Amino acid sequence: MELILFLVFAGIAVVAAINVVVQRHPISSAVSLIAVMGSLAVLYLLLGAEFIAAAQVIVYAGAIMVLFVFVIMLLNAGGETKAGRSFVASLLGVPVLVALLALLAFFTARIYPRDTEVHFGGFRGGTAQSVGRALFTTYLLPFEITSILILIAIVGAIVLARKELE
Amino acid sequence: MMGHVPLSWFLMLSAVLFSLGVAGFIFRRNIITMFMSIELILNAVNLTFITFAYQRQQVAGHLLAFFVMVVAAAEAAVGLAIILTVFKNRETLNIDDLDSMKN
Amino acid sequence: MQLWLIPILPLAGFLINGLFGRRFSKGLVNAFAIGSVVLAFLWVLKTLFGLGGLTAAYTEHYFTWIQSGALSVGCDFSVDRLTAVMLLVVTGIGSLIHIYAIGYMAHEGGYYRFFAYLNLFMFFMLTLVLAANYLVLFVGWEGVGLCSYLLIGFYFDKKIATDAGNKAFIVNRIGDFGFSLAMFLIFRQFGSFDFAHVFAQAPAAPVGLLTLIGILLMFGACGKSAQIPLYVWLPDAMAGPTPVSALIHAATMVTAGVYMTARSWVIYTHAPIAMDVIAYIGIATAFVAATIGLAQNDIKKVFAYSTVSQLGYMFVGVGCGAFSAGIYHLMTHAFFKALLFLGAGAVIHSLSGEQDMRQMGGLRAKIPWTFGVMLCASLAIAGFPFTSGFFSKDAILLAADHRAPWLYWVGVFTAGMTAFYVFRAFFMTFFGKYRGKEHPHESPPVMLIPLVILAGLSLVGGYLFKIPDFLRPVFPAVEAPEAFGPMAVASAAGLLGIALAYLMYVYRPGIPDSIASGAKGLYTLVYNKYFVDEIYDAAVVKPLVGGSRVVLWKGFDAGLIDGTVNGIGARAKGIGGVLRLAQSGNTRSYATWIAFGGVLVIFGMAAMIVLGGLR
Repeated sequence: MELILFLVFAGIAVVAAINVVVQRHPISSAVSLIAVMGSLAVLYLLLGAEFIAAAQVIVYAGAIMVLFVFVIMLLNAGGETKAGRSFVASLLGVPVLVALLALLAFFTARIYPRDTEVHFGGFRGGTAQSVGRALFTTYLLPFEITSILILIAIVGAIVLARKELE
Repeated sequence: MMGHVPLSWFLMLSAVLFSLGVAGFIFRRNIITMFMSIELILNAVNLTFITFAYQRQQVAGHLLAFFVMVVAAAEAAVGLAIILTVFKNRETLNIDDLDSMKN
Repeated sequence: MQLWLIPILPLAGFLINGLFGRRFSKGLVNAFAIGSVVLAFLWVLKTLFGLGGLTAAYTEHYFTWIQSGALSVGCDFSVDRLTAVMLLVVTGIGSLIHIYAIGYMAHEGGYYRFFAYLNLFMFFMLTLVLAANYLVLFVGWEGVGLCSYLLIGFYFDKKIATDAGNKAFIVNRIGDFGFSLAMFLIFRQFGSFDFAHVFAQAPAAPVGLLTLIGILLMFGACGKSAQIPLYVWLPDAMAGPTPVSALIHAATMVTAGVYMTARSWVIYTHAPIAMDVIAYIGIATAFVAATIGLAQNDIKKVFAYSTVSQLGYMFVGVGCGAFSAGIYHLMTHAFFKALLFLGAGAVIHSLSGEQDMRQMGGLRAKIPWTFGVMLCASLAIAGFPFTSGFFSKDAILLAADHRAPWLYWVGVFTAGMTAFYVFRAFFMTFFGKYRGKEHPHESPPVMLIPLVILAGLSLVGGYLFKIPDFLRPVFPAVEAPEAFGPMAVASAAGLLGIALAYLMYVYRPGIPDSIASGAKGLYTLVYNKYFVDEIYDAAVVKPLVGGSRVVLWKGFDAGLIDGTVNGIGARAKGIGGVLRLAQSGNTRSYATWIAFGGVLVIFGMAAMIVLGGLR
């Protein structure tokens, strides 16, 4: 059951992620990205992260991606036009990516052999209750600081965007 | 035990998504697409956090993922505002045209 | 008794005029500048009457200024009879000169600036005089030096004035170096800067050390009081406005060295060698400066060298142990030398800036008041019987006679020369026929009234204020008994000098030229001030400047330091030139490099795991 779920949604995520990268038009990339996030939310649920899964859908797929789509619409951005001019990127890009993937795979295979199996309900600490408790006790200070961060981001975004309108 | 998924598969998926994100960032020329690639990278990292939280049976990983989301939200707001400004000033979204930091 | 009020009043005047004077009318500037000084004078009077006999020092502690380890320096003011004399001289003469300056500076630019500096000078001078320890005294000492510099260079658009200011400042630095060393030694030996503490322990200190301290202190005094070898700045300092010459470079600041030496009398009485050095330097300065004064034609230069000479007298007095005689002469000198300068200023003012005595003459009838007061001052400095200079100079000469007869005879000879050159200037200015072009006019009353007051003090001040009696509680009584013989000889020398001057410059005006052509070598030598400036220039300034230019500037600064810095800069530029190729400005290139770096790091970790078995 879990295996099927994982394979389906991991498959969706990978395919959608590839789509994000290869689509020429940004709006296609954005829609694909929403698909990646949605499938990741299912995988989070599988790992027992109820709260994060919900937040993933609401914050990422909902708020952030809407913002992206909004900006794309606003700018009326078309597809890419010119060919790349980055010598370094065209020369080093592929080898670096291959090496990166190979190394990450090597690490995963080497350090985490198939000793732990994931089954649904294997971890029950990811409820909104337990996350909220940790957030407002142990991690209260970082939490408050993030609120300030967001405030600053709001102000910054308004300042930058307002300059636009003038 | 059939039906159960090895933990390392999640990590492997994360690695694949991460690499795809990097690929998008390196090879795409549209700023907005590059920005979305960054979001993809962040999601890949979040997946590892959640996975490790499962393995260690601790909620701390979830909180890290939560904070990553918060930062991503802030980053998206400011980043998109910057993209707006850049577009209004330079009339382009092609990253290769925006090289005024040259030399 | 609120001693702090005495210096603070002029400081307030300085601040008000310095900050806002530009917008004030002249009357308002006058009100603050002169008002503050006169108030300070009145406060001095009130304080001194309030303190009564003042047989012991009265000290006020305000706050601890420096507290560091064993060093504890308080901001303390103290008054004893010596300070009282100085306070009265500084504020009294200072007030008169301030009033005089209203008239003298009336047509000058920078009016408020002048009075602000003058008030600042009063503040520092009073701090110097009131200080109860060496460090506070040093603050005043440096402060008056600063004001002297500012006021000498008051006409800052004239190069000669700014050069003279620099010269005064630099020469004083040399003296201050000695003063600083003396203070270090004092702290090392006594662990304190307080006068009371130091003087209480001084008798127990080793004589060698006291001698060293005394000579170093004297070196500082030589700079401030223009003694050999550091006297060269004072004649040049006459480039400043005449009231400044009178106040700072004749009456008060230059006597600070004498005051400081007298203040340190306990150290000197236990270091006889240092006292001898002071006496010898004083008599040499008195003599040399007097000979230079014989041949000067600039009226202010004559009085400048006369000041140097008279300061030499004070040093002789101090060096002979007659501290009170030195202070006595300090006071009377303040009277008559201030008057001489102010009178000279009045002459210059009436001739619209002419200072060369060869362009004067016959002014007796044209500016009679100035003539009258100048006569009083000249008589006083010549030691004419029963004028103020007569008493104080005789007190010094008697002490010198008591110490060593040759000192006395050189002093008497110098007194004769003094009388001669002062009256030479006097006769050249006021007698004979007028040789100039300007139309002379008498000075306004605001200038004449201070002159008349000072003239009175010059005539009878020595008799009214018997300083040696007044200072008896302060200094040990080592004065020689009054002797009629030496007094008569000294007075006769003065009268002889006057007579000779009359003979040569009024009765037979041809004589000076024939002497000058007869003894040409000697005349040239004296006229050019023994070429001391030229010798210093060749021996000190030129090698220093040349050495600085060749070794320090070209060799060390330009070659080594600049070379190193420029070399590093050039290398950095070269390396940067290579590295800047990586800065393409292309974001995707940067991203690739970042990913490449990340791969390298992960690869390193993987290698460590494989090879070393990390984890």
